[in-house]
Amino acid sequence: MVEVLGKEEHGGMKAEKREVRGARWLAAVPEDEYVLKGNSACAGCTAMIALRYALKASRATGRKTLLLVGACCMVVCEGVYPNTAYNVPTLDTAFACTASMASGVEAALKSFGRRDVNVIAFAGDGGTVDIGIQALSGAVERGHNFLYVCYDNEAYCNTGMQRSGATPLCARTTTTPSGKREKKKDVPRIIAAHDIPYVATVCPSYPMDLYEKFKKALSIEGPKYIHVLTPCPVSWRFPTSKGIEMGKLAVRTGMWTLYEVEHGVFRLSAPSRRVVLNGDVLPVEKYLRAQGRFNGITDEEVERIQKIVYQELERLKEATARRRLW
Amino acid sequence: MREMQEEVVFVTGNEAVARAVKLAKPNVIAAYPITPQTEIVEVLARYVESGELRSEYIHVESEHSAMAACIGAASMGARVFTATAAHGFLYMCEMIFWASIARLPIVMANVNRALAPGWNIWAELKDAMAHRDAGWIQFYTASIQEAYDTTLMAFRVAEDRRVMLPTMVNLEGFVLSHVMQPLRLVDEAAYDEFLPPVRIPHALNFERPHTLGTLISPEHNFLVQYDNNKCMRAADDVIAETEREFEKITGRRYRAVMKYRCEDAETLVIAMGTLAREAEVACDSLRDKGEKIGVLRLRQLRPFPKAFAEEVKRLPAERFIIIDRAYSSGYGGILAEEVKARLYDLGIIKEVKSIIAGLGGQDVPHEALEKLFMDKQGGETWYGV
Amino acid sequence: MVWSVSAKEAASESDAVRAGTRRVIEIRLHSRGGQGGVTAAKMLAVAAFLEGKYSTASSFYGAERRGAPTVSFTRISDHEIRKYSQIRRPDCVIVMDPTVIDAVDVTEGLKPGGKLLINTENNIDADKFEDYEVYTVNATKISLDFDLKVAGAPVLNVPIVGAVAKMGIVRLDAVRGAILKMFPNEKNVAAAEVAYKMAAML
Repeated sequence: MVEVLGKEEHGGMKAEKREVRGARWLAAVPEDEYVLKGNSACAGCTAMIALRYALKASRATGRKTLLLVGACCMVVCEGVYPNTAYNVPTLDTAFACTASMASGVEAALKSFGRRDVNVIAFAGDGGTVDIGIQALSGAVERGHNFLYVCYDNEAYCNTGMQRSGATPLCARTTTTPSGKREKKKDVPRIIAAHDIPYVATVCPSYPMDLYEKFKKALSIEGPKYIHVLTPCPVSWRFPTSKGIEMGKLAVRTGMWTLYEVEHGVFRLSAPSRRVVLNGDVLPVEKYLRAQGRFNGITDEEVERIQKIVYQELERLKEATARRRLW
Repeated sequence: MREMQEEVVFVTGNEAVARAVKLAKPNVIAAYPITPQTEIVEVLARYVESGELRSEYIHVESEHSAMAACIGAASMGARVFTATAAHGFLYMCEMIFWASIARLPIVMANVNRALAPGWNIWAELKDAMAHRDAGWIQFYTASIQEAYDTTLMAFRVAEDRRVMLPTMVNLEGFVLSHVMQPLRLVDEAAYDEFLPPVRIPHALNFERPHTLGTLISPEHNFLVQYDNNKCMRAADDVIAETEREFEKITGRRYRAVMKYRCEDAETLVIAMGTLAREAEVACDSLRDKGEKIGVLRLRQLRPFPKAFAEEVKRLPAERFIIIDRAYSSGYGGILAEEVKARLYDLGIIKEVKSIIAGLGGQDVPHEALEKLFMDKQGGETWYGV
Repeated sequence: MVWSVSAKEAASESDAVRAGTRRVIEIRLHSRGGQGGVTAAKMLAVAAFLEGKYSTASSFYGAERRGAPTVSFTRISDHEIRKYSQIRRPDCVIVMDPTVIDAVDVTEGLKPGGKLLINTENNIDADKFEDYEVYTVNATKISLDFDLKVAGAPVLNVPIVGAVAKMGIVRLDAVRGAILKMFPNEKNVAAAEVAYKMAAML
């Protein structure tokens, strides 16, 4: 972790200062692993980094963890009966209803008078943005005390990369061979519009930011939503070792923005402040051409995406000024 | 004049079910409204809001989520309840199957209603009968008292360690859900003794973390199903035992198979739900005219009761008339086909007449049933066609 | 209306059912949606229940549009009632809204000599209903006199059940008990008692 930060090339902070901070931070993260070795994740899976640190953050709150896992890569990563790689009590859920099964879990704990459990639901983008959105919307509208995490590899990657509502424009998937024609559905904004206490976007490439946001979320009562961009080497088609780099490119190009909406107040996170406010943004082409899922993308399409990114950055600038996401 | 004491009230079938649920004190109720069940969740909401019933009440946003929430809560060891009908049942279908495989003792009231398109909100049994393979214990009730009593027994049956399976109590839309009849209540203290505290052995806990529902390979999956079936069959005896215990505290006698004038009957009418009761009225009329006819009402479709075979073997009837309020297109009346299969198992190849009546809430008067029973022609007859 | 069609089909004389020990009194109420016909049926059933009988009350549930003709049913017996089908051969018919008579054959299936109660302010043409024992009561007026209104419309069911007591189907004290149980209000009881006094056989 410290090494990667040491390789910082761009912007604002001195490398050595960051290194020190990184080490101190790392020392504070619980050492216990809740995602055990021998799990079935793909080599280079960034989603597992998110899960690992989410569970560590949960541990750091001093409360117990009840994990729900939707029908997604995370379930496959768990392993096969009679083994499981997750060292916390886990309920695997059906596809459409991770959030409603979580609602039931939360209600049961409430009825038992237990206030010492972090209920954390993990689901993929398909299970959140598409088939799961009804249950998610209902659960947060009802105000259940739980954290919902959408890990977003921008397709139904578990089943071979079919397009989801979270797939970005022009991405090639098995069901959009010539590129998706629609924009990415902005679910964090939709959930923020439910006026819940905490919404955040994160990426495992920024582990400190991710960990702190998980910890913060778990310290808040009520429904919380965290959306994680998890670059998938297999589906996005880039080298196994480049997962962290890809996440950084996503943030640096403005294709993914790190922010929080805490009790309605919008706030960009440090890595995205540079991009949005200081104009320190890399051309999207760097990001798109680095991934096989954009193979065949035309210059016009790249331009179109670039324009959309600039528009989004403008919108985020305004949002920052107003301190409101919409 | 009879005083309206607390022990006997005059309520609808829906309210009767809600009163039973109140006695059972579930930890969690998942509620989504659908005609003709809505009053159940409305009455429960009143109980919860007034403090009479201390349950967590989740206003789920769909029936699929209702069953999902029940599964979530039961996975933590909670006693749960939900209610649905027709399209709600169908919408939650994925999770209906899930609940059984997950071995969770969820209790659900299903108010039987016909399926669309062509919105028809009246009584038909297809919603539940078409899912007799889902691995739920299924009861079909024929009076408000029975709906109440069966709901009370359902919690105990479902949570029995030898069973640990979800259980549904069916009551027909409008003819039972909305009709008002006198209801004898069960004393709360007596019921508290009858229903032990819920204990779900495989519920998630924090002392020894484990996972529910992980991947399972072809080497293991069939063993889970084998186990499930073993317990479903064991449920037959557990249900009988529960019914006998219930009789001790209430004086009301329920069996898997309820007989009416069958001992010397030459013709047996086999039916479920309110049509079986209407058939009893027809039966009385025919008896007055000298016909030796009786009615065998099935209270329990799953597990298919052993008692059915025992009774049929023992009784002298040579002719069987089966009334169906649900039809399997291209095949036959669902109950008729189940019964015929059982009769075959018993080596009984008898004359079987299948009557299809009451679909989509079609009104079936006892006079019409009389005529149908007396029509000696066998095969399949659709009332009204 | 389903019942009016199949009543003709199945109206064979089944006297064996009528005779014998299992006698069921069947009452059909005609009203318009929003007038409280279902409630009247329930009130009658509760009254019979308070007398120690077994009773059931139900309605034909269709699209319950305000103002549409609607039917409700009450059955009363000394024994558990096992009939769930609609009432085709009522012993008593109650017409809560006289304008329904133009839309629907209210006496369909009514046994000869059966009782008929009509809420009306005019005199009824007795010839039309000569086969039956006809009672009339001006339930609307009684309701308005007692200022019994819901959503601006007069509450008819309370005076109607008072009138039914006059017909000997349920006792007046049972009617009082039912009203106090369902809508405890002295005005309601008074209205029912006035209707009982005013109801008269033609």
